[in-house]
Amino acid sequence: MAAEPVKKEDPGYYDYWAYRNRPRITWPGGARIAFWVAPNIEFYELNPPANPFRKAWPQPYPAIQGYGIRDYGNRVGHQRQMEVLDRYGIRGSISLSTALCDHHPEIIERCAERNWEFFSHGIYNTRYTYGMSEEQEREMIRDSMESIHKHTGQKCAGYLAPALSHSEVTLDLFAEVGTELFGDEGGLYTCDLFHDDQPTPIHLRSGKRFVSVPYSLEMNDTIAFVVNKVSPRRYGQMLRDCFDRLYAEGAESGTVMCIPTHNYQVSCPHRLRAFEEALEYITGHSDVWVSTGRAIAQYYLDHHYDSSRLATAGESS
Amino acid sequence: MSLDREHLEYPQRTYGMDHQRYDWSMLSDRKPVVWPDGHKLALWINVSLQHFPLNQRGIPFPPPGGMTMPYPDLRHFTLRDYGNRVGIYRVLDALTSRGMQASFAVNGQLAQRTPELLRTVAEAGEIIAHGWNMDSPHYGGMDKEEERQLIAQTLGSLREASGQAVTGWLSPGRNESENTPELLAECGVAYLCDWVNDDLPYPFATDAGPLTALPLTTEIEDRFVLQNNLHSEDSWVEQVCDACDLLHEEASREGGRLLSLSLHPWLVGQPHRIGKLETILDHLQSKDGVWSATPGDIVACWQAQQDTK
Repeated sequence: MAAEPVKKEDPGYYDYWAYRNRPRITWPGGARIAFWVAPNIEFYELNPPANPFRKAWPQPYPAIQGYGIRDYGNRVGHQRQMEVLDRYGIRGSISLSTALCDHHPEIIERCAERNWEFFSHGIYNTRYTYGMSEEQEREMIRDSMESIHKHTGQKCAGYLAPALSHSEVTLDLFAEVGTELFGDEGGLYTCDLFHDDQPTPIHLRSGKRFVSVPYSLEMNDTIAFVVNKVSPRRYGQMLRDCFDRLYAEGAESGTVMCIPTHNYQVSCPHRLRAFEEALEYITGHSDVWVSTGRAIAQYYLDHHYDSSRLATAGESS
Repeated sequence: MSLDREHLEYPQRTYGMDHQRYDWSMLSDRKPVVWPDGHKLALWINVSLQHFPLNQRGIPFPPPGGMTMPYPDLRHFTLRDYGNRVGIYRVLDALTSRGMQASFAVNGQLAQRTPELLRTVAEAGEIIAHGWNMDSPHYGGMDKEEERQLIAQTLGSLREASGQAVTGWLSPGRNESENTPELLAECGVAYLCDWVNDDLPYPFATDAGPLTALPLTTEIEDRFVLQNNLHSEDSWVEQVCDACDLLHEEASREGGRLLSLSLHPWLVGQPHRIGKLETILDHLQSKDGVWSATPGDIVACWQAQQDTK
């Protein structure tokens, strides 16, 4: 299929679609809200090749401060967060730096035992997409999806670009490689877009059935703690407030709430308690579908994708 | 457009870390550590005593808490000096009145500038070397001889003035060069506090012999919470107490843990903040099984439980 001309002002992934009068979204069991937790399990290199468009570390090699705390996430934080998610019956949907399969297989094994979902977050979180040719990005994405399959047997369904570094064809490539490797079971959804509280059909150059699943930057612990400098207990309150509103609105039409986490942030000893209290609160409600990224995407594709495309047909290309 | 081939090559993509400084291991998989007398949580309080030169060079980067205004930045120079004149004595009173142990990470130059202060803190606890001054960072690419000189000068100054062996090191701003660990090992340093990747000590390799890494956490440090994150003093108290409670509970299930608390008298020694530190110390003391100890004692106790290979 011929590629459309690149649209620089707007990527054109979706049509404008007001958050009212949409076809009603229902979730399994009549749930109002699909709730998922996406632990980012990442590997940052101490000495990566220097990307011409983005620095990995603020200091010259060795930048041990940033490296050290991220390593804390793997050495200490992972086990802690995993035990908390176990307590509330939550299966993590892992945004994975897939080189971690090689570096830290112990973590992968523990997540696989729990039947957690693995989706691709690139190879390393210190290798950015910026500057890659289309072939290079395709190779990187394919490598990451093959790694997940090789180490876990899972057919990768979701993508979050490494360090949220994108190109104009990132979503196209992910969907195409997913189909090449796994047919209808691979490359189904993206976490890279933050335009909505419900899943959205995404236009791709291939025309593949593909969705955006809400992932949330606002509830992302690293954005909250590092960028917005939110205190731990206030973060816990933000999670509850977010849930309360999406839960209320979900009575009309199903919503999605995601908590993206990082073991070097939320699993620190001064933060975990407030996070756990929020999980206890959320999962203590009825009509909450505690789910995974893949399950939400698949359910939406099976039950709501077509009606959404139909409803916006007048505006689609 | 494309990137050089090296951007899609991953020579370190194998088991373990992508460097040779330490082995990969998960805290929960290690043999449990036991602290003396059945204590659960080792508490390490470190007080940093720092000198920020007025004529800061900032090469290759300015120190955290350094001068920010055009020369002469009297506001920051004197506000930092406040910690060494006034704040430290409030912190000392808060610690000694509770019988709590502490270490003092001191810039080597302070031994020359304020010998009385150095004598006082050397009597109160263990001295750790904290570089020459806050404007003498250790950084990647710095001249090796220059760094060797800086380390020797710092350790010499502190050892002579304190009469202590001074075997611990905390780099100014926690920055290291690629040679720092080797140069420290050559100069008789035994443990290194810059890396913040664990809640226990761990073995750290250098070409000049082994060190122990003793992580001094940044995350609940007074400067990081109050000045970097701009959280309230009350929030800081909550964060330290929550960290203590979680580690204490985890230690009760899994084996000894370390709570490290990093303090700066120029910040926490202010009249409106010292009471918050006292609230924290009271909470830490109220917990059953907290071992208030010097870093040297913590490292020695941990070391004695490691299998010799």
